[in-house]
Amino acid sequence: MNAIAGQKPGLIWALRISVILLVGLWMFPTVGLFVSSFRTGDQIATSGWWKALFPTEQNLTLRTAAPDTQVQEADLFVIEGNLFEEATDAKISAWGTNAREIDAYGPGDTAELRGGERLTVAADGSYRLQSAQEMSGGRGPRVFVSALVPPEFTLQNYETILISGGSTDNLARAFFNTLTVTIPATIIPILIAAFAAYALAWMEFPGRALLIATIVGLLVVPLQLALIPLLKFHNEIGIGKGYLGVWMAHTGFGLPLAIYLLRNYMIGIPRDIIENARVDGATDFQIFTRIILPLSFPALASFAIFQFLWTWNDLLVAMVFLIDATGETTVMTKQIVELLGTRGGNWEILATSAFVSIAVPLAVFFAMQKYLVRGLLAGSVK
Amino acid sequence: MHPAIQGLLTIAFGVGGCVGYFYLSNIILDTLIFPARGKDIARNIRRANMVRPWLFLLPALLALGLYLAYPVVETMRLSLTERLPGGGSEFVGLANYKQMLAEAKFWEALQNNFLWLLVVPAASTAFGLLAAQLTDRLAWGNIAKSLIFMPMAISFVGAAVIWKLVYDARPPGTEQIGILNAVYIWLGGIEPQQWLTIPFWNNFFLMMVLVWIQTGFAMVILSAALRGIPEETVEAAIVDGAGPFQIFFRIKVPQIIGTIVVVWTTITIVVLKVFDIVFAMTNGQWQTQVLANYMYDKLFVARDWGVGSASAMMIMLLVLPILVWNVYNARREMR
Repeated sequence: MNAIAGQKPGLIWALRISVILLVGLWMFPTVGLFVSSFRTGDQIATSGWWKALFPTEQNLTLRTAAPDTQVQEADLFVIEGNLFEEATDAKISAWGTNAREIDAYGPGDTAELRGGERLTVAADGSYRLQSAQEMSGGRGPRVFVSALVPPEFTLQNYETILISGGSTDNLARAFFNTLTVTIPATIIPILIAAFAAYALAWMEFPGRALLIATIVGLLVVPLQLALIPLLKFHNEIGIGKGYLGVWMAHTGFGLPLAIYLLRNYMIGIPRDIIENARVDGATDFQIFTRIILPLSFPALASFAIFQFLWTWNDLLVAMVFLIDATGETTVMTKQIVELLGTRGGNWEILATSAFVSIAVPLAVFFAMQKYLVRGLLAGSVK
Repeated sequence: MHPAIQGLLTIAFGVGGCVGYFYLSNIILDTLIFPARGKDIARNIRRANMVRPWLFLLPALLALGLYLAYPVVETMRLSLTERLPGGGSEFVGLANYKQMLAEAKFWEALQNNFLWLLVVPAASTAFGLLAAQLTDRLAWGNIAKSLIFMPMAISFVGAAVIWKLVYDARPPGTEQIGILNAVYIWLGGIEPQQWLTIPFWNNFFLMMVLVWIQTGFAMVILSAALRGIPEETVEAAIVDGAGPFQIFFRIKVPQIIGTIVVVWTTITIVVLKVFDIVFAMTNGQWQTQVLANYMYDKLFVARDWGVGSASAMMIMLLVLPILVWNVYNARREMR
């Protein structure tokens, strides 16, 4: 392609631009989630996340300080302060004291309130509320403000999701539950599959071809078929719904791919190495543990990543075999589906919890991409 | 017991049990049953080596048999029976299938599934091929590829949240926070649309999520296949004056057609099993039902094991041609 493209610089540019567009298109939704997870609920609800990097015009409802903070200056009672509780660079463009007229006054104007108090608000949010009589009441009067608010990011959502949130919002327990499901469900099938793969790759016995064909067939059997029979089985042997059941289910469902991947890899190990070891008197068990297993590390890693991603991201198997009526053992995917139902509008909660759940697989993905690609190639192009 | 401790124990028990089983069973075979000494040494070694493969295979075969092979048979049996109120079950023949075929929701699910089968594998493969070809000789192609590949690591549920934000609709007149509605309004649309509630077209908005995930997979495989094309064929075509499009469609694609078929069938299998996306985004409302979600509804919401199993068999039936094709290919390669 270089030779042709080299003759047409225009084509090279078209190529580059289309790749950038394609990557942009593919990244855009995920970036949206990521940016949203650092914004407050108000910000998400009032402006698109792509505007998060620029100042936005927002309508806010604020309050002056409570009357018990008033001080007496000569014959006037005065409350002074800033409408914005935290220091910001927001610029107020208009304000009002009535929900129906939120832009009645400009910055610097003075409004007369119903009780005879006079309120002055400056562009930076500082105000002065003065009254001839002593002011009473529990809270200060409301002020409606249209302000240009600079971009602002917060870690508050993560704090809510991971530490302080109530039981439906807090993802910490589900996070550990997911981890508890994932790790045994990744490790156990590897060993079982490795021995079987070795037998299928390097041992001669009648029925071997048939077994391999069976495993290729089982590779695509939908696990939907297994749900009810296995749930019945788990209930009969007394483990019911729980971690043991989900570990066993993931082990069973992961095995065909594990055996298939590992066998394809092991069969590529040079025959000489194995024959030499045999001649030197090594048993099959020794050959397997000392030679095959260490040499198969890349394939083992590939499968481990697949199985990890699959068990971490799984929803169906966890719902059927793990999560009981108490919900104690809920996993992140299930909790997020529930949040989608109950907190459909609270994007700050949803975006943050979704991002927490995909952060670990993404980290694994970028760290171990090489093995993942290798595994895909070994598993498919055959 | 705390689940984390239980987990650690399971790992220790599982791994230790496996290693122990393989180690001990081999020792027992070699020293007790067929000892490699005495007058029958040659015969014993031969016999030990005949048994050994089955020792290696036993745990895997047990697990596969119990967790995949047995359920296929059992589901078939369940699909022909009806649970009785007091426990137990009775054989009802094809009644469950008849009941299923009489349901409008089933036909909707089947129809949608065919729509998914038509669109998702084709779109994912096409986008994947495009991405693979475009990034092929680019210096920063690998970075681009890894970013397009990234959604593969994201769970269907995570993807559902991501795309729900894309499809979000705010009341008319207020600012749109979903990019699709923002673009729609910007292009002159009047009312923001609830994309996921528009019958028929909402299926495509759901499919987009799976296409977004699977394109990376198709790209990685096809990219490796493109790399494997012999240089000479492309060079010869250039010498003969072929343009870039001719080279792509007439020289490259025919050479990787086998891989394209593999990618296509692999994604087809994923599509047949698609559950999480529909479950999380619409739960089959607004005529977006698919078979896997229909089955889940029947099994765990309506608690009708008979019809649920019948619909599971329906998925199996659709997977079967690909299963046969895969086995056929695998056997041909082994020869």
